[in-house]
Amino acid sequence: MKLTLKVWRQETKDAPGALQTYEVDDISPDYSFLEMLDMLNERLEEQGQRPVAFDHDCREGVCGACSMMVDGQAHGPQARTTTCQLHMREFTDGDTIVIEPWRATAFSIVQDLMVDRSAFDRIIQAGGFISVNTGSAPEANLMPIPKDVADDAFDAATCIGCGACVAQCPNGAAQLFTAAKIGHLSLLPQGQAERDTRAVSMVEQMESELFGSCSNFRECEAVCPKAISIDWIARMNRDYLRAKLKGVTRR
Amino acid sequence: MIMLDAKSPSGPLEAQWSGYRDHLKLVAPTNRRKFEVVIVGSGLAGAAAAATLGEAGYNVKCFCFQDSPRRAHSIAAQGGINAAKNYRNDGDSTFRLFYDTIKGGDFRSRESNVYRLAEVSVEIIDQAVAQGVPFAREYGGLLDNRSFGGAQVARTFYARGQTGQQLLLGAYQALARQIEAGTVQMFTRTEMLDVVVEDGRAKGIVTRDLVSGEISSHAAHAVVLASGGYSNVYFLSTNAKACNVTAAWRAHRRGALFANPCFTQIHPTCIPQSGEYQAKLTLMSESLRNDGRIWVAKEAEDNRRARDIPERERDYYLETRYPSFGNLVPRDVASRNAKGVVDEGRGVGPLKNGVYLDFSDAIGRLGRDAIEEKYGNLFEMYERITGENPYEAPMRIYPAPHYTMGGLWVDYNLMSNVDGLFVIGEANFSDHGANRLGASALMQGLADGYFIVPYTIASYLAPHLGETVTAGGAAFQQTEKEVSERLARFMQASGKRTVDTFHRELGQIVRDECGMSRSKAGLTRALQKIPVLREEFHANLNLAGNGEGLNMSLERAGRVADFFELAELMCIDALDREESCGGHFREESQTSDGEALRDDENFTHVSAWEHTGDASSPILHNEPLEFEAVQLTQRSYK
Ligand SMILES: Cc1cc2nc3c(=O)[nH]c(=O)nc-3n(C[C@H](O)[C@H](O)[C@H](O)COP(=O)(O)OP(=O)(O)OC[C@H]3O[C@@H](n4cnc5c(N)ncnc54)[C@H](O)[C@@H]3O)c2cc1C
Ligand code: FES
Repeated sequence: MKLTLKVWRQETKDAPGALQTYEVDDISPDYSFLEMLDMLNERLEEQGQRPVAFDHDCREGVCGACSMMVDGQAHGPQARTTTCQLHMREFTDGDTIVIEPWRATAFSIVQDLMVDRSAFDRIIQAGGFISVNTGSAPEANLMPIPKDVADDAFDAATCIGCGACVAQCPNGAAQLFTAAKIGHLSLLPQGQAERDTRAVSMVEQMESELFGSCSNFRECEAVCPKAISIDWIARMNRDYLRAKLKGVTRR
Repeated sequence: MIMLDAKSPSGPLEAQWSGYRDHLKLVAPTNRRKFEVVIVGSGLAGAAAAATLGEAGYNVKCFCFQDSPRRAHSIAAQGGINAAKNYRNDGDSTFRLFYDTIKGGDFRSRESNVYRLAEVSVEIIDQAVAQGVPFAREYGGLLDNRSFGGAQVARTFYARGQTGQQLLLGAYQALARQIEAGTVQMFTRTEMLDVVVEDGRAKGIVTRDLVSGEISSHAAHAVVLASGGYSNVYFLSTNAKACNVTAAWRAHRRGALFANPCFTQIHPTCIPQSGEYQAKLTLMSESLRNDGRIWVAKEAEDNRRARDIPERERDYYLETRYPSFGNLVPRDVASRNAKGVVDEGRGVGPLKNGVYLDFSDAIGRLGRDAIEEKYGNLFEMYERITGENPYEAPMRIYPAPHYTMGGLWVDYNLMSNVDGLFVIGEANFSDHGANRLGASALMQGLADGYFIVPYTIASYLAPHLGETVTAGGAAFQQTEKEVSERLARFMQASGKRTVDTFHRELGQIVRDECGMSRSKAGLTRALQKIPVLREEFHANLNLAGNGEGLNMSLERAGRVADFFELAELMCIDALDREESCGGHFREESQTSDGEALRDDENFTHVSAWEHTGDASSPILHNEPLEFEAVQLTQRSYK
């Protein structure tokens, strides 16, 4: 296949950026999208040019590192698929593909397609855990958890923290990410003791970052590679309100 | 002269760890904040250790090269984690898990370490469940188990196909809690490029900020490496792209011994390579071998489609050769046999580089729905990657490098021969001998990080109370200078070839000569080729950009340079070990019917290599292995 790529190039966080055009050919339909970019990079390096920076690691759709807008869509055209799992057979010979970084105020650009998602880590640090020191855990089977509850908690827990939800949201909101973690932990009996402080701490940390607010566009759910449902957001809002009514404050 | 003292306790196995622990030195809670501990890595081992030491009150600095600790390679583990809970009442016990692990490792690991691993396995499950890890459950609400990798008991805990993800997120969240509490300082997008060793003791590390390019030093009372395995020496492997040996290798060059480097595991069920630019190989879960039948055509160069090859012209080679285990033979046996038939020209697929894993019988017997229920997500993943529908045509699979049992030598305390330098998780060599059983790497990483190193490190630190550490001294300055000069040398190279072309070529050599099957002739060939290619690498490298800011090519150049030296050591080790054991198959050492033949008389030891400054002439030290609780037997799966 032969393709025209328009790739966002930006040297540093504060430098101006622009789309640059590259022609690539000899692309096998069996390549993954990132292998196609590897090939572009190898050619750029051969010509002494700086390769395109992008985050990636597992290439199996689970680490959440890869993060790019492909033709305006987070992770590209295939549903429930991260960029690393997208394959070139989804495209047609002669296509022009526009590749940009996540666009969100809370995610500043590091270089080219690489962004800073540390705000997500700070939301988890604010309360996305169950406080249990190593060694103090009771026997695992002491507390049965109904299978459907465990399965629901798992659905929320599959979030890979990639940030597609924020990138696709017209407001750049992080509700789906935050709600998935609150939902996972607050469904489980182990998570009850901190349920209220967790909701308040995480939501307020999210609000203190540069994320926008949620106005139910549902774009997040549509691009989420793990198909996490926006029902979690409603649940988070209920948890948060309930805690606030009780007068609970941030930890 | 280096003296290898494993420090294994004596006495009956069951009492060793508790007795040993009772006599370790302690650091009082109020004194813990006076100690600085550096941890390199935020995978299962590193995150668990950082969180636990932070909870205890030490001052911890934790490093990873990803943009978040949550993205460490451990996230990708699929199948599960073993623990001797015996919830199934099927006769499992600490001893059985210990025995299976020692035997699976082909009797090339230490009894004391492996027994302790089996012993703490049960605590890991308790800890993970308390953290909210959503393991699979039965309808009664209790934890579910499955049997994995041919084990005769069901002791594997799992979270769908994402066990590594859920365990890592549990450890990551515990780590996040400590970052918030201020006990752990996290450094992301930061790569450790050297260990600072002074008077035989680890004093800290030198790092590079991958965004700004800045070189810094971090002093500590103890350094813990939790930097993962080195399968990417093969270029193509199932590991995440950035996994590398640099942290361990730099420590090796500073005096830490590298043990059993040739013990690598090639996993039998991966999707075959499809083209030259392929960046990694994808693992398909081992569980598929429970229902899939492996075959190739009887004749070489049979170009018909699978469905056009009649039953009698198919060779279900594992079922014929190993009637009692069939398609469920251990990983090394399955891998070697697949290589055998592909080498005979009987490989399948467009590049003739795979074997079939066929579900049509199972679909016929159980119905498509039952297969979809069991393996639906795997089939979907296969189709996404290959564009082929495995319900209609058999899957194609081929072995791929997956895990490295070798690693830095450590004693019972998980400390290397360099004082104050601890090594945990896949980066050490400790528990899996010559072959690792499925679902036991996650167990080991978490055992090391949560339950072992926090005790042994305290005992190491206790006598050092009151010593201050600073990063200003001569040893730090010298190490920083060497790191900067090395980076500058990479940047100055003005050759023609990119880093990846060298890495690919190196990977091919190691795959061919030190992969599933090794011979004296092949290893000798590799030992001629590798230094030549390495020299070309240093002379003919082409790196774009500069060392000041973010430069992914420079990062890779440093890692590949270390892979070159490691590759040579792997081949030297493989050549020295003139026996077949576990994943190390020496063609010269096989039984009359082609199975691996151990040489217990001459090779019941750990080979620990010392760096001499010249990568081609390391010094070998032996740690003899003594077995008291188990009897050495020859594995047989016929
Ligand atoms: C596809 C796949 C599936 C698997 N499935 C299973 C399974 O089902 N069950 C099982 O038990 N095992 C499984 N394994 C094996 C298991 O996942 C690994 O052995 C284990 O997760 C390794 O954990 P670790 O903490 O030692 O290292 P890793 O998770 O590899 O973490 C290494 C850490 O070190 C950091 N690091 C490395 N070098 C540096 C440096 N120089 N500077 C700074 N930071 C550095 C990295 O950033 C990272 O944080 C699987 C492996 C693969 C590849
Ligand atoms: S690279 Fe890990 S999810 Fe894409």
